Amino acid sequence: MKKGLEKTRKGITEKVDNVLKSYKKIDEELFEELEEILITADVGVNTTLKIIEDLKDKVRERKIEDPSEINNLLKEEITELLTDYETNNKLDLEPAPAILLVVGVNGVGKTTTIGKLAHRFKSEGKKVLVAAGDTFRAAAIEQLSEWCNRAGVDIIANKEGSDPAAVIFDAIQAAKARKADILICDTAGRLHNKKNLMNELNKIFRIVDREYSEATREVLLVLDATTGQNAIMQARTFKEACNITGLALTKLDGTAKGGVVLAVQSELKVPVKLVGVGEGIEDLQDFDPNNFVDALFSE
Amino acid sequence: MVFESLAEKLQNALGKLKGKGKLSEKDVKNAMREVKLALLEADVNYKVVKDFVKKVKERAVGHEVMDSLTPGQQVIKIVNDELCNLMGKTQSKIEFADSPPTIIMMCGLQGAGKTTTTGKLASLLKKKGKKPLLVACDIYRPAAIKQLEVVGGKVDVPVFSMGDKQNPVNIAKAAVEHGKKNGNDVIIIDTAGRLHIDEELMEELQDIKDEVKPNEILLVLDAMTGQDAVKVAESFENKLGINGVILTKLDGDARGGSALSIRAVTDKPIKFVGMGEKLDELEPFHPDRMASRILGMGDVLSLIEKA
Ligand SMILES: Nc1nc2c(ncn2[C@@H]2O[C@H](COP(=O)(O)OP(=O)(O)OP(=O)(O)O)[C@@H](O)[C@H]2O)c(=O)[nH]1
Ligand SMILES: Nc1nc2c(ncn2[C@@H]2O[C@H](COP(=O)(O)OP(=O)(O)OP(=O)(O)O)[C@@H](O)[C@H]2O)c(=O)[nH]1
Ligand SMILES: [Mg+2]
Ligand SMILES: [Mg+2]
Repeated sequence: MKKGLEKTRKGITEKVDNVLKSYKKIDEELFEELEEILITADVGVNTTLKIIEDLKDKVRERKIEDPSEINNLLKEEITELLTDYETNNKLDLEPAPAILLVVGVNGVGKTTTIGKLAHRFKSEGKKVLVAAGDTFRAAAIEQLSEWCNRAGVDIIANKEGSDPAAVIFDAIQAAKARKADILICDTAGRLHNKKNLMNELNKIFRIVDREYSEATREVLLVLDATTGQNAIMQARTFKEACNITGLALTKLDGTAKGGVVLAVQSELKVPVKLVGVGEGIEDLQDFDPNNFVDALFSE
Repeated sequence: MVFESLAEKLQNALGKLKGKGKLSEKDVKNAMREVKLALLEADVNYKVVKDFVKKVKERAVGHEVMDSLTPGQQVIKIVNDELCNLMGKTQSKIEFADSPPTIIMMCGLQGAGKTTTTGKLASLLKKKGKKPLLVACDIYRPAAIKQLEVVGGKVDVPVFSMGDKQNPVNIAKAAVEHGKKNGNDVIIIDTAGRLHIDEELMEELQDIKDEVKPNEILLVLDAMTGQDAVKVAESFENKLGINGVILTKLDGDARGGSALSIRAVTDKPIKFVGMGEKLDELEPFHPDRMASRILGMGDVLSLIEKA
């Protein structure tokens, strides 16, 4: 299960170390190379410049002269960025009943993450129900059904092309009747710049407000770790539209570092709660800021 | 968007000097910093940005700008020219085999849009009078075969599948035979999404390639991809060899700088762009539009015209 992350984590902060080793003193050029490392990890220009500025301040304040000390300083800086507000990196699904809505742009890994989560909750002894809220994409319902089979949980679904809000309505009634601890709702992938599709999401949320206001609510935005700066726009727009409470960062088993979540966190203050590290049912981990920061710098 | 007005910024940075009529190296350097940041914000690969900026700088400190009456516009024009150069020419063509069937293999990372694009391409070719056959070689993703069948049904193109218990190499081979027998002149193979570092699955693609000798291997890439796009494209190119790229999800608001990067690094053309989830939303690639999109300079052309 750890395999995925370890692949990218080999040699903690190796890259930074190599840079630092090649410098005798701390100068502008060194900072530029650090800047480069951050940007190639998709951290983005604004956040990178902010991190480097803060780093420079620290170096000045603490009168640091040895380049080798920068490594820890930088990690400290970034970890702060990931945790400098009231973060709760754990999924918050107590008390039961709870409803977990999963949203995001096309192909990021929503349905797969739901399969993994259903399996996790079920293994924890919870009663799980899954709603097939993507009635649009070809065979989305069959895909989710297969995941529910694997996880051994029930699914509430309607035909392809039916109204997604109606499916969520039905699923809520079923969750109540069957006394489910957690209802997980899949939704169709939608690009955040499409007004009509975002409005459709609103409709789903109105149903949840009206029919299941007593349920503990988590709204997970799924982000693909390979995504560049557009993830910031995604997070901003989805936050406005449906008040996301957490992020799931998928496909971290690739070579992309997912550095863009630093920008997302520093600008939007939505905590990462889960990371996906593969296509298997077990390939889901809780987010650990320290591990993530380590992985960010590795080659 | 922060950099919506890059052209304006450049204009401001350089335009003040209009009265003087000459640009110093320092002026150009400042302007190039703006360009550099804009490109990075658009997800153009860091190394590509560095090379690009260097090249533009060299041209910009030359006489053609220094002595110009409108140095600001001149620099913008150079930026735009070089960007278009990097993007290459329009090449939204499929190379058809001399003797049919033409075999096209789609490949790429998970969730990039391969299956959807397979359907779109079939629809496009069908409209041109071809008789395509789709092949379901993704035996891993839950309901991947069903998805391709639904997509094929929507565009009224047959789908060849052998379930998920057969090896994709065998499926591809059988599909080609089936296609030949049934008079299909284009065979499009949908493959499973895979990571470029997954040796085993990359080898599977290689094996399919060796078996059916595709005329076109197309890498399907999500336009929202960040700095990693180059690594992905390089890996697919080195391990497999690709003929071109299809960039998907351009109906979003991502700048799509990855397009520029893969073009610069692999020198492979971007053949089509995906502009939506519907199966008729596949368009030819326009290098000039992409250049303006990346820099966020919608008004750049009008500025240049004034130059
Ligand atoms: N390598 C890897 N692949 C993943 C991960 N999570 C999901 N995938 C793959 O990404 C692809 C898309 O996943 P889906 O779960 O269908 O994504 P989605 O967001 O539901 O997609 P749409 O419903 O079409 O918007 C599939 O091939 C998954 O197997 C991950 O953590 N690592
Ligand atoms: N908005 C938009 N969505 C697209 C486009 N192309 C594909 N998609 C969507 O992206 C998601 C993933 O598409 P798929 O065709 O399943 O991607 P894939 O590469 O086959 O995925 P795997 O087989 O899991 O690797 C789906 O929700 C598609 O509808 C596009 O050009 N624009
Ligand atoms: Mg889905
Ligand atoms: Mg597919």
